[in-house]
Amino acid sequence: MISLIAQITTGDDLLVAQNIFWWFFALVTVLAGIKVVTTDNIVHAALYLVIVLAGVAVQFVFLGSEFAAVTQVLVYIGAIVVLLLFGIMLTRGSLGDDQLVDTERRGMGALVALLLFGLMAFSLVDGFEDVVLPEDTRNLIEVEVPIDTDIDDDEFIRTQRGSDTAAIGDTIFESYIVPFEAVSVLLLAALIGAVVIARKE
Amino acid sequence: MLLNQFLLLAAVLFCLGVYGVITRKNGVMVLMSIEMILNAVNINLVAFGAFNGTPIGSVFALFVIAVAAAEVGIGLAIVLLIYRNKKSIDFSEVDILKG
Amino acid sequence: MSDFLRSYLTVAIFGGVAVALVGVLLGLGSFLRPSRPTATKTMAYESGVDPVGDMWSQSNIRYYVFALMFVLFDVEAVFIFPWAMRLETYGYFGLVEMAIFIFILVLGLAYAWRKGMLKWV
Repeated sequence: MISLIAQITTGDDLLVAQNIFWWFFALVTVLAGIKVVTTDNIVHAALYLVIVLAGVAVQFVFLGSEFAAVTQVLVYIGAIVVLLLFGIMLTRGSLGDDQLVDTERRGMGALVALLLFGLMAFSLVDGFEDVVLPEDTRNLIEVEVPIDTDIDDDEFIRTQRGSDTAAIGDTIFESYIVPFEAVSVLLLAALIGAVVIARKE
Repeated sequence: MLLNQFLLLAAVLFCLGVYGVITRKNGVMVLMSIEMILNAVNINLVAFGAFNGTPIGSVFALFVIAVAAAEVGIGLAIVLLIYRNKKSIDFSEVDILKG
Repeated sequence: MSDFLRSYLTVAIFGGVAVALVGVLLGLGSFLRPSRPTATKTMAYESGVDPVGDMWSQSNIRYYVFALMFVLFDVEAVFIFPWAMRLETYGYFGLVEMAIFIFILVLGLAYAWRKGMLKWV
């Protein structure tokens, strides 16, 4: 913790700005997360969840993983939250009274969460106390780009640093091709399951 | 930046999600809490990927997001089925094994 | 601080300006305009007739399948982007792999179509 504070107050101006931005986004994320699990209004919970997900996308940008950030916005905020809102619209009538969203286990839940956090925080601080991330955390690969797309000649190809997306594509298609295909089967199973459930009326 | 600041943020989100899963009894809200837990895991994966200098962390985060999409789809379908059979999505009432 | 994050400073400034602009304009509007709410004025607008029933109405479960299909093909698109970036490097191997991936998902679409879930009711 002391090293965290020391890191904010030392270094050049832009580093200070970067840390201020990081703490701002982290604080917003955590506050919105607290509202997600404590608010009584289920629609508000879904909208606070959007803030949490956007905050996580910002963390991905801080970690230099732009494609993961874009995916987070595209899939989580753009699609999964819509699905959750559909779920709310399809079931809302049941728990008409918004006060009934919580069980009586608040104390127990808080105890478990705090103990879990204490354990994790202790082990993290103990294990990675002053581990510093590299200056530039992006994973870029060299890609060949034609200078003039009309000329099909090797001499007119230059290499430049590709994006994070190209590195991810290489990793998937070199090492993780089976999980990639398995994902499509999983998505197929999800769709067929939903169709079966929606049909049985 | 320190590695720990990302890991601690992820730990906070994870614990908030655990708290939500324990205390909520509305099925859709439980699913939202699970989404927060999965996001905490994603931060960890990407942070360690950035720390080790490989894109594998991002790739795993991508797979987790894809699995989360399928999980929410099926989870909500189950919640809708419970709602249709019991006219309620109160998870504390769903405690019988026989349909 | 890396150049990469410095380039995102522009994004942050742009976002800040956007939020400030909207805030200032809306704030100025609410500061200048008169506010005299009456019961009729605050009534929910429902195409000119008096609103009927509860604000929340249950939607049909069939719409859920459309939402889910949107999510699944969204995920599919996400996996297509990295492949498309390096299309020439992967060659026919990548093409066949992606064809299998898309074919398996199109099977789900065909199943939903066959079962009549795509009909708007």
